[in-house]
Amino acid sequence: MRELINDIQRWRRQGHRIALARVVDVEGSGPRLPGAAMAVTEGGEVAGSVSGGCVEGAVVSEALDVLATGDRRMVSFGYSDDEAFAVGLTCGGTVHLFVEPLDW
Amino acid sequence: MDQIFDRLAELLADEVPVVLATVIDETDESVPGAGESAVGRHLLVRRTTGDGVEVLGSLGDEGLDRVVTRDALGELSAGRSGVRHYGEHGEAREEAITVFVESFAAPPRMLVFGAVDFTAALVRVAKVLGYRVTVCDAREVFATTQRFPLADEVVVDWPDRLLAEVGPELRRRDVVCVLTHDVKFDVPAIIGALATSVGYIGVMGSRRTHDDRLERLREAGVTDEELARLRSPIGLDIGARTPEETAISIVSEIIALRTGRSARGLSATDGPIHD
Repeated sequence: MRELINDIQRWRRQGHRIALARVVDVEGSGPRLPGAAMAVTEGGEVAGSVSGGCVEGAVVSEALDVLATGDRRMVSFGYSDDEAFAVGLTCGGTVHLFVEPLDW
Repeated sequence: MDQIFDRLAELLADEVPVVLATVIDETDESVPGAGESAVGRHLLVRRTTGDGVEVLGSLGDEGLDRVVTRDALGELSAGRSGVRHYGEHGEAREEAITVFVESFAAPPRMLVFGAVDFTAALVRVAKVLGYRVTVCDAREVFATTQRFPLADEVVVDWPDRLLAEVGPELRRRDVVCVLTHDVKFDVPAIIGALATSVGYIGVMGSRRTHDDRLERLREAGVTDEELARLRSPIGLDIGARTPEETAISIVSEIIALRTGRSARGLSATDGPIHD
């Protein structure tokens, strides 16, 4: 999150609403550790990353939905061959994210 | 209600260690605090001087806040981030509330002895990796902030004197790079570095300089066990020639030493890429 602070502060000064997505847990082989974070504005601007690029698109959709509904949530992405997941990590691990509005 | 994030941003900008706890999940039965969901509540904690604790926010229950504050400070000292489970009033061995504890430890430190051209490149690369970088050289004309604009501090002093001052604060995640290749500076720098707990001590120099230096270090009473801690000559064997390439070879060695990995090409190894 450290590297997102400047972007987030600028967006907040400009009055944008922001959603924050953080990796909270990783099972198996995962590219990023807990604490890896992404911030998304309601206008769709993005800072940071939570994987090697595999799931960022889906995280943006979740983030925009969280901003629209105010409904903070856990989201998990597993191996992309698993039918349970529409989008997944190609490395075989599972990443658990917490997505919330940055209204605190 | 924007005060928790703003305080976090302020502390991170000042490189103050701090830990953020967030309720990320709860079972249906657990509804602390006026029946509202606790998910998305935050608690920001840090240790202040003299064993005090600064706490901002709440997870919605006094008992839970107390236990999480204690655990979060423990995780912060260990530099760990992860998920923990509690009962709704902070009971251990219960799973009603899931809390993500995110530690923001102070950045690891890199001390670079010797204000040479290789130093400027190493400072740039170390900053990319998030180190707090100190450049130290006894020669006032070389140790200037103009030459190392990205360094967090440039100290004009003898290496052993700086190490005597900051050495006790250094930990395993911190690193020392001795780039002077002048025995007058690097012998005291190495002896000073060996007295600390840093996880990496790299020393620049040709094979001939290295042999000569080992001789002098032994004469100064450094044991073989201590000499085995040195990465000398510094860096991985990737054929680096320029200061920038050398900087990459040094930080690659630092990473490989920390992770205990082989430093061979992934194409030449098998097994998981990430642990």
